[in-house]
Amino acid sequence: MKNKKSSAPQEAETRPSRCPDNSAFKQQKLPAWKPQLTAASVLSTFFLTGAFCLSVGVSLIVAAKSVREIQVDYSDKCSHCSKLRENSSNWNSECLCSINITLAEDMLGDVFMYYGLQNFYQNHRRYALSRSDEQLLGRNVDVQNSYCAPFATYQNGTPMAPCGAIANSMFNDTIDLFYNFNSSVIQVPLLKTGNSWWTDKNVKFRNPESHNLSAAFAGTARPPYWHKAVYLLDEEDEKNNGYINDDFIIWMRVSAFATFRNLYRRISRKGQFTDGLPAGNYTFHISYNFPVSKFKGKKYVILSTMVWSGGSNPFLGIAYLVCGAAATLTDALKLFPECRNNAEELRSRIA
Amino acid sequence: MERCAARGAPEEERRVRANAREYNEKFQYASNCIKTSKYNIVTFLPVNLFEQFQEVANTYFLFLLILQLIPQISSLSWFTTIVPLVLVLTITAVKDATDDYFRHKSDNQVNNRQSQVLIGGVLRQEQWMNVRVGDIIKLENNQFVAADLLLLCSSEPHGLCYVETAELDGETNMKVRQATPVTSELADISTLARFDGEVICEPPNNKLDKFGGTLYWKENKFPLSNQNMLLRGCVLRNTEWCFGLVVFAGPDTKLMQNSGRTKFKRTSIDRLMNTLVLWIFGFLVCMGVILAIGNAIWEHEVGVCFQIYLPWDEGVHSAVFSGFLSFWSYIIILNTVVPISLYVSVEVIRLGHSYFINWDKKMYCAKRRTPAEARTTTLNEELGQVEYIFSDKTGTLTQNIMVFSKCSVNGHSYGDVQDVLGHNVELGERPEPVDFSFNPLADPGFQFWDPSLLEAVQLGDPHVHEFFRLLSLCHTVMSEEKSEGELYYKAQSPDEGALVTAARNFGFVFRSRTPKTITVHELGRAITYQLLAILDFNNIRKRMSVIVRSPEGKIRLYCKGADTILLERLHPSNQDLTNVTTDHLNEYAGEGLRTLVLACKDLEESYYEDWAERLRRASGAPEAREDRLARLYDEVERDMTLLGATAIEDKLQQGVPETIAILTLANIKIWVLTGDKQAPGSPCAETAVNIGYSCKMLTDDMTEVFVVTGHTVLEVREELRKAREKMMDGSRSMGNGFSYQEKLSSSKLTSVLEAIAGEYALVINGHSLAHALEADMEVEFLETACACKAVICCRVTPLQKAQVVELVKKYKKAVTLAIGDGANDVSMIKTAHIGVGISGQEGIQAVLASDYSFSQFKFLQRLLLVHGRWSYLRMCKFLCYFFYKNFAFTMVHFWFGFFCGFSAQTVYDQYFITLYNIVYTSLPVLAMGVFDQDVPEQRSMEYPKLYEPGQLNLLFNKREFFICIAQGIYTSVLMFFIPYGVFADATRDDGAQLADYQSFAVTVATSLVIVVSVQIGLDTGFWTAINHFFIWGSLAAYFAILFAMHSDGLFQMFPNQFRFVGNAQNTLAQPTVWLTIALTTVVCIMPVVAFRFLKLDLKPELSDTVRYTQLVRKKQKPQHRCARRGGCGGGSRRSGYAFSHQEGFGELIMSGKNMRLSSLALSGFTARPGAAWIETLRRKKGGESSPDTAAKG
Repeated sequence: MKNKKSSAPQEAETRPSRCPDNSAFKQQKLPAWKPQLTAASVLSTFFLTGAFCLSVGVSLIVAAKSVREIQVDYSDKCSHCSKLRENSSNWNSECLCSINITLAEDMLGDVFMYYGLQNFYQNHRRYALSRSDEQLLGRNVDVQNSYCAPFATYQNGTPMAPCGAIANSMFNDTIDLFYNFNSSVIQVPLLKTGNSWWTDKNVKFRNPESHNLSAAFAGTARPPYWHKAVYLLDEEDEKNNGYINDDFIIWMRVSAFATFRNLYRRISRKGQFTDGLPAGNYTFHISYNFPVSKFKGKKYVILSTMVWSGGSNPFLGIAYLVCGAAATLTDALKLFPECRNNAEELRSRIA
Repeated sequence: MERCAARGAPEEERRVRANAREYNEKFQYASNCIKTSKYNIVTFLPVNLFEQFQEVANTYFLFLLILQLIPQISSLSWFTTIVPLVLVLTITAVKDATDDYFRHKSDNQVNNRQSQVLIGGVLRQEQWMNVRVGDIIKLENNQFVAADLLLLCSSEPHGLCYVETAELDGETNMKVRQATPVTSELADISTLARFDGEVICEPPNNKLDKFGGTLYWKENKFPLSNQNMLLRGCVLRNTEWCFGLVVFAGPDTKLMQNSGRTKFKRTSIDRLMNTLVLWIFGFLVCMGVILAIGNAIWEHEVGVCFQIYLPWDEGVHSAVFSGFLSFWSYIIILNTVVPISLYVSVEVIRLGHSYFINWDKKMYCAKRRTPAEARTTTLNEELGQVEYIFSDKTGTLTQNIMVFSKCSVNGHSYGDVQDVLGHNVELGERPEPVDFSFNPLADPGFQFWDPSLLEAVQLGDPHVHEFFRLLSLCHTVMSEEKSEGELYYKAQSPDEGALVTAARNFGFVFRSRTPKTITVHELGRAITYQLLAILDFNNIRKRMSVIVRSPEGKIRLYCKGADTILLERLHPSNQDLTNVTTDHLNEYAGEGLRTLVLACKDLEESYYEDWAERLRRASGAPEAREDRLARLYDEVERDMTLLGATAIEDKLQQGVPETIAILTLANIKIWVLTGDKQAPGSPCAETAVNIGYSCKMLTDDMTEVFVVTGHTVLEVREELRKAREKMMDGSRSMGNGFSYQEKLSSSKLTSVLEAIAGEYALVINGHSLAHALEADMEVEFLETACACKAVICCRVTPLQKAQVVELVKKYKKAVTLAIGDGANDVSMIKTAHIGVGISGQEGIQAVLASDYSFSQFKFLQRLLLVHGRWSYLRMCKFLCYFFYKNFAFTMVHFWFGFFCGFSAQTVYDQYFITLYNIVYTSLPVLAMGVFDQDVPEQRSMEYPKLYEPGQLNLLFNKREFFICIAQGIYTSVLMFFIPYGVFADATRDDGAQLADYQSFAVTVATSLVIVVSVQIGLDTGFWTAINHFFIWGSLAAYFAILFAMHSDGLFQMFPNQFRFVGNAQNTLAQPTVWLTIALTTVVCIMPVVAFRFLKLDLKPELSDTVRYTQLVRKKQKPQHRCARRGGCGGGSRRSGYAFSHQEGFGELIMSGKNMRLSSLALSGFTARPGAAWIETLRRKKGGESSPDTAAKG
């Protein structure tokens, strides 16, 4: 309190002027752009937006229309297998199931085969968390301390590889597609690699370093629900085995919603299938392992072609159309002469 | 600073023995070391953290942090809470540390001041902090008093010494202190060292003007009073040295006891914000409950079946318990609706605004070299909401500079400035002032424009000579001559100073005085008058006289005083002259000048002797001394001869009328509370009315000015009732006819002024106010007062000032601002929502108590209309946006809850949640909060009505809050459901699944950042380079951080922490994702644009219109108030009354006790405002009203 006063004159002497700087910043006079909502700018923005939305919407819908997609609920159709799998003591007994479909039109271009799951809560917090990315990177980690519990170790201490609820619940049906062509049955060639993200395949997932894969996973055990160990996922292809198995990688990329589809196979475009799948009768041969009826879920197998905007989901196109229409309509309403006059009149009264 | 030890139990009485440290030590009195700092290096962290966690918000986040450590609940990583929390704590800690550092510095500086302490018979230099109670210390001239001392002796006769108490009570006049006679003889060190008196006195307290104690010495008792004390904070003046006994030291001194912690002020926005935060907490809990119930149901219905893939956590055995856990998990992830950064951001913005106030060149007073200062950084936006201003008068509205303006001598009026045509000339076009160069002793600062008066002096007009002789003799001014001819006058009241200075310049130079003589240079001739008596001023007499004997031996009485008093005491032969002079007085009063009447009388030698003898006896009388003196004075001051009258101008501060006019147009009600020390019964109301007119508070357009001067409760009540009735009749609406509703309904097109049927003003004096403020009448008073456009309360005590402010605060729920410059304004400055101190001549007490300080009243308009308005606008926009963005951000989790089994899964990456509030979205809104301007500053002055939204609380209130929240929720719905609609069952263009969790998270996060950035872009009305930088920078930072977080490198290092590897490049390469983001943005923003545009188009705010037109053309009420106020007051003579000095000063002069005053340097003994005056009143000429900036037709 005291020194405030006593130091004040001193200050004035040492700093001759206590006058604030005359800088634009300090005087709040920085040059600035002062945008304003004017009729012209708003109306033209709306118009442009409307036009943009409409055109995007139309092209999206046109694109989505060209997509051919067929979806089969095989948990219903293979009800005997569903029943069988409800009892977990039958886990070891194989169940096969065939489903016939007819393609009315050719599916041209790349054709993708998906499995779809309904009511499977991959996005559940505890589920999505239950993994060890460090383990999946081929590092030797103590999974006990990861979020993998209760799928981390067996009671005898053997760690599960891979650990966690996600890995444990991996989709393990095998689906083959057969083309019934002139009473002969041709297996449609399917590609099981190249379906996952490059970063996943090459960065996120790595097998442990060792001279061979089974040695790499020595000392670990497969997850309880698995039929075979992780190094046996694809015995034919060294580059698609262990943690870097495409099916596994795709499964590990958990879905955002409880109903989802994952890419299972791509149709290999060779022979009769160079242009895609020709119209005709097909049969899915399914080895039904994955129980879904237990959690009131459903399984689908889906065949679909692809365009620039992805698959056949029409939502985006419709949304754009609606949005574009709304913008244009608002614009038109505002341009309506009466409104304009009203506003003008008001403004003139104010000004 | 640990040396300042704390003390134990409160003491009941204090015993101090001089020169006995051992004896005094056993009482453990506080040492003279003061400590205002709160921390030291060791205690800083724990104490500061403890203090910070007393804030509810911080504790809340700590609680969240603890929750997150429970694995079953933890839905977020610990760092999502700890990073913002640590950031917030750090920022606050740094601020606190800086503040404390400066306190340390100032403490050190004070504690290390040197003082001379008598130890063991020798004087030793000691630091202040080493001074102990019971020490005897020596003070020298112009030194600060180190502790509360009992004055023992001084260099002056009678043990007198002079102190200036400006720092203590703000009064700059000098005060006299006197040692008790027994100790005043202890003049040398050796006797002092043997002095072993013991003081027994009251315990430390904060009463500055009271002290009670007894000195025991040599088996005698001597009573002690405040008159014997030198208090810490005073400065010794005009006294070579003095010795004092330390009675109270350090924290026990009256100064420190008075510097209590000032009440922490909060703004209404603060309070609203706290309420809203509570509501949001409630909302948060509701959401938590809904989701928890959802979780329980889900676990019961679905989760049970899903257990084969996802068994329940250990310890969770029922769906209900799972729901309970999920409640806490959701509390954690939804906590971002109450962002911790809110409080910090608000502080940062306010700090920025405070700096803008400090930096404002237009609020810098070059004359006093003082920039405006925002002493409190937490009240800025409230400056934009002020509805009531309570202003002090003297020193705030007026300069407290008195100028000798006119005079009437022998029926001739001097002082009018006339041009060739004989018209009075307006200020500013005056001709050259009168040249006083003939007089070497003239004060160069004095200016007078009428040469005829000087001519009269030089021609030897005896009346004029006698007139000025009186002025040079009849006063209590002290003179000081530093070098030959360099005269300085020290006057108790500025009026007196002005008069003596006028006499000086016209050749009647008061040169010096002794107790018995006054030496005057009359036109170059030194004449020494024998001073026989000073009949001092007091409030009842309202006049003062001197009786002098001229060198020729003639005894003469000179008297000056209030016209009402003096004109009655004139000899009947003066009748003709009295009539003319009265006309002149009326004329002066009409111009708002303060008048005095001068008269003289010759006394017979014999009569005087007789009278003087009676006077001597009366002054020695033990009882009724005052009465007897008054009767004697009354007897001699009769049948005097009128000499003339003087008129003094009380100069208004620069720009006061304009400021008041503009503030009034801004619908701010200004109440003037003046504390002029006037006696009861004086026509102070008229004084106040006059001030009101001269500052444009009162105008000719006013329907009526009510004056309440009742002395009893009933009178006051009656007067108030009458006033209300008149207003009811006059106004077409009932009751308070100026309600906002009416103003609003009557469209923005008409000015407020037109909507009001009549304008009224209320003038009330302190006496009536005391009754009006009684509990049963205060509402009545307030209603009446608030219905008036202007309210003037005069002669109010500091406490009443605070009471009035408190009253308005209590019942009107309006923001109040008090502005003042003196110690008597401190109470109201502290009481009002905002206190403004005028930093200037009077002490610094008001400034120290204030929240804002500047040196000119006129800066108030800039502070309120520009800074306040902007602050309010910015803060409101900031808050709206802040709540919006957090709701948009957080509510997405709520919607997602319905799709993820209510498992408290987040929608976003945890890093996004951590950084959203502190990196991605904080800076653009801060930049807007600091820099935004809706209209240029000059427009706010041109259209004071732009201030109105703040007063009406239109920009941020509960309704606006709900709109923001609704917008936020709307955005969050779109933010979730559009990507949901797009992603469900969708695939990428390469056939892979699109709707994986991570892609969804990135898409939603990206669209959120883009949407809120576009929204802030829309909200920002003033894009400076900084805004550009922050807005584009935030977007860029988002993408940069996104790609960095999703990069291979980080993943390789911490695979479990950076799981989103590769996500950004994979997801953001999808056209569908971008189309989704674009659609979300369009759908979120378009309705806002449309809505705003429609509002702008159909129901524009004034600011919109101002922005829109950008023209200086605006219809305001035509302000042609040039119509002259004619014949105000008719023929009735108004009268003011005398000016004053404190009683007893005259006696002091005569006693000779303080004669050193006249010869020693009197620096600092400046004029003290607030003395009483005579004022004769009339309305000021209307024509003088300077052009109103706001009224450019």
